[in-house]
Amino acid sequence: MTNISIEAPEVVRGQPYPGAPDNWKRFFTFSTDHKVIGIQYIVTSFVFYLIGGLFAMIMRGELITPEADLVDRTVYNALFTMHGSVMLFFWTFPVLVGLGNYLVPLMIGARDMAFPRLNAVSFWMIPIAGILMMSSFLVPGGPSQSGWWAYPPVSLQNPTGNLINGQVLWILSVAISGVSSIMGAVNFVTTICRMRAPGMTWFKTPAFVWAVLAAQLIQLYGLPALTGGAVMLLLDLTIGTSFFNPEGGGNPILYQHFFWFYSHPAVYVMVLPAFGTFSEVLPVHARKPLFGYRVIAASSLIITVISSAVWVHHMFASATPSWMRMFFMVTTMLVAIPSGVKVFGWVATVWGGKIRFTTPMLFALGGISNWLFAGITGIFLGSAPIDLHVHNTYFVVGHFHYVLYGAIVMAIYAAIYHWFPKMTGRMYYEGLGKLHFVLTYIGTALIFLPMHPLGLMGMPRRVASYDPEFAYWNVVASIGGFLLGLSTLPFILNMVSSWIRGEKVGNNPWRAYGLEWLTSSPPTVENFEETPIVISGPYGYGRHQPLVEHAPNPGLTDFPESFTKQPSS
Amino acid sequence: MTVYAVLVTFASLWMAKQAYSWFPPEAAAEAKLLDDLFSLFTGLGTFIYLGVIGPFIYSLIFHRAEKYDLSDGPDIEGNTWLEIIWTVTPLILVVTLSFVSYRTYEKMSIRGPMELVHLHMPQMVEPAYAEPFDSTPQQEIQEAVETSPIEEIDVVAKQWAWIFHYPNQDVTSTELHLPVDRRVRFKLHSEDVLHGFYVPAFRLSQYVVPHEDIDFELTPVKIGTYRLRDSMYSGTYFAANQTDVVVQSASDYQQWLADAAAQTPTPAFNPANYEYSQVFEPGSGNTKDKVAVRGWATIPPAPPPVVNYAPKHEPESPPV
Repeated sequence: MTNISIEAPEVVRGQPYPGAPDNWKRFFTFSTDHKVIGIQYIVTSFVFYLIGGLFAMIMRGELITPEADLVDRTVYNALFTMHGSVMLFFWTFPVLVGLGNYLVPLMIGARDMAFPRLNAVSFWMIPIAGILMMSSFLVPGGPSQSGWWAYPPVSLQNPTGNLINGQVLWILSVAISGVSSIMGAVNFVTTICRMRAPGMTWFKTPAFVWAVLAAQLIQLYGLPALTGGAVMLLLDLTIGTSFFNPEGGGNPILYQHFFWFYSHPAVYVMVLPAFGTFSEVLPVHARKPLFGYRVIAASSLIITVISSAVWVHHMFASATPSWMRMFFMVTTMLVAIPSGVKVFGWVATVWGGKIRFTTPMLFALGGISNWLFAGITGIFLGSAPIDLHVHNTYFVVGHFHYVLYGAIVMAIYAAIYHWFPKMTGRMYYEGLGKLHFVLTYIGTALIFLPMHPLGLMGMPRRVASYDPEFAYWNVVASIGGFLLGLSTLPFILNMVSSWIRGEKVGNNPWRAYGLEWLTSSPPTVENFEETPIVISGPYGYGRHQPLVEHAPNPGLTDFPESFTKQPSS
Repeated sequence: MTVYAVLVTFASLWMAKQAYSWFPPEAAAEAKLLDDLFSLFTGLGTFIYLGVIGPFIYSLIFHRAEKYDLSDGPDIEGNTWLEIIWTVTPLILVVTLSFVSYRTYEKMSIRGPMELVHLHMPQMVEPAYAEPFDSTPQQEIQEAVETSPIEEIDVVAKQWAWIFHYPNQDVTSTELHLPVDRRVRFKLHSEDVLHGFYVPAFRLSQYVVPHEDIDFELTPVKIGTYRLRDSMYSGTYFAANQTDVVVQSASDYQQWLADAAAQTPTPAFNPANYEYSQVFEPGSGNTKDKVAVRGWATIPPAPPPVVNYAPKHEPESPPV
């Protein structure tokens, strides 16, 4: 068979609707194309990532000496509050939703999400909510200073007396973000359940899609609790109800239940798509099927179920009775089993493979090694007696950031590099990508590893100043923090320059095995000219069996010959 | 493979031993129990980490594709027995670790928020220190309970100060003094927001919840001065909400109580009040000169506590 690359006609390339601009301007429109929305999510959230990262670097600058001498305590408190809030609500969640938005319809052979307009509304709520949160820097009392978890009664204290204050803006912003996520979850679940291509049974569905489904199910059951808690907190703050205010007979611990009922599973909302990314990237760059695919896929849903009953491990040191400490200790540790199954599956996938150290592969491998470490320290934290010592210390901060940055952000980078040729039709610069990886991996270790000994020594989190005994590890961590800040520069340079003038590649430069690689790069408006009919499972490396009944985009032939079943003559 | 397994075992044992050195001094019987548990977790964690990362790195080094090799690797989908083994093994492991953690927690007998127990579980309502013991820390807890009555101390946390009240002598202090080798029961109380009663040398923390009294027990076993920190973020001067914990011999402790009882209550030095007065009092600008970026308004700290005993000037470990 002769490989002839036929470019898709320009007129249909990512065009959101007839008459819409077919250039960068379409990313500033109310597009209903899931691919445009996906990139809108990714780019918008990356801007917030830079803002949140800037806050973190100022904090590390403050913590490079024991004294509170760089910024005032109120500024520091606002910075860690906004850092956590921005990084979670406006970077990690949205960027993963963006990746899901871009990839899920392509991976399941759909032409768009189930509810395209709802999808666009979900996205546009994010910049609105983000700007609202940022605007709190301009109100008289400044931004919220009660931490990203906004525990009352601290979050109910209002030193300015103004109705419009940083805490109110914070709650409104989080509530809007929550509503956006709920709408997104409805869209994802419907799309995945109802719009898979003919022949794509559950066990022919890519692991990434399983992971997104599992994550979005958590959004559906968990987010209403957080949003409800936020509304009650807003009422306490503004009109003087006493749901959580002890002065009026309220119970601040109740808020913690509302908050953690969602906010612990929320970690899995973020980490599951990261797991899905590892499961997609490893087989391609190791040229092997995903080992134990069915178990890995099913373990995502098992995590969804178990994670609904672990939230109290954040409250072991709270006003939590013994029976509750013991029950949630066991359930928390049980999450290690499906998580461990995945790690073993990934190790077995690369074992005996034909590994290529491309940038996405490096980020995936780095992310898995970090996740392994984070998972083990997570078991430590699941043990109630150990938690009673390290709770609210830097040990937790180190563990948490190993999950969020070491594993999830690494996975996000892996995903962006891996699917960059699909999104743009061009290849990134490998040298810059590898430089980015090296800086990121070293920076991650330098900043987050020292937090573990700091926590064991007893340094509380959220402090603007500390005893001199903690100075050494803090200096190391700050150097790592600045290195992480530096690491984003080659990434930005790479993405911008590659998108503009990177080498044009075919539709499937990785010779990857998945429906998204069966269409042009970037994909046409409706993804597939003909609905693909799936006839085999994903990750068919080494099997030489066709994935679909016939080419869904006739004329596009620069993928492996065995990709489509040839019509019998 | 066997050689690697042996090396991993030795490395795990070494790490388990090293884990004891990562902590502050063991100043309470509970700290010893916790350190033993942490050491066990560290050993097993190291074993798991190295056991997984070793084969992972091995394949990354030795299973790389040749430069121009574009072929696929072997078509291996899975292995049922292998998958069963690596599901059942962690299951056994986490159930075991949960059980050991539960036993350790039971041995600590730290009580906690008993009034919030909603289920009728009598065996968990009372501390377990009356049960038979099988290790040194438990013996220390047991002896502390049996040899003398439990020392009771009321603890008040507020924005941003700690006040300790010794009800039997009606003594108040901003520095916590404790008798060595004697069981102590704290009654934790907050006047405003959530605080965290946390002494790293004791390895224990407990939230202090407004309008609730929470019982909390421990047994100091080592004479010395340690640090009590607020572990629960409590607002602007949270980082400065610290004080010293002095563990003394029984005689020194009684002497200190007697001396403190003889003193007239006076306002104690308070770091939060001091900083607040420097920043917000008109005409002063000391702190402003020290901090590069000034911030926003804060709620004023509570008035300095009036107590019998307080360090006369700045505390021995100066507030930072």
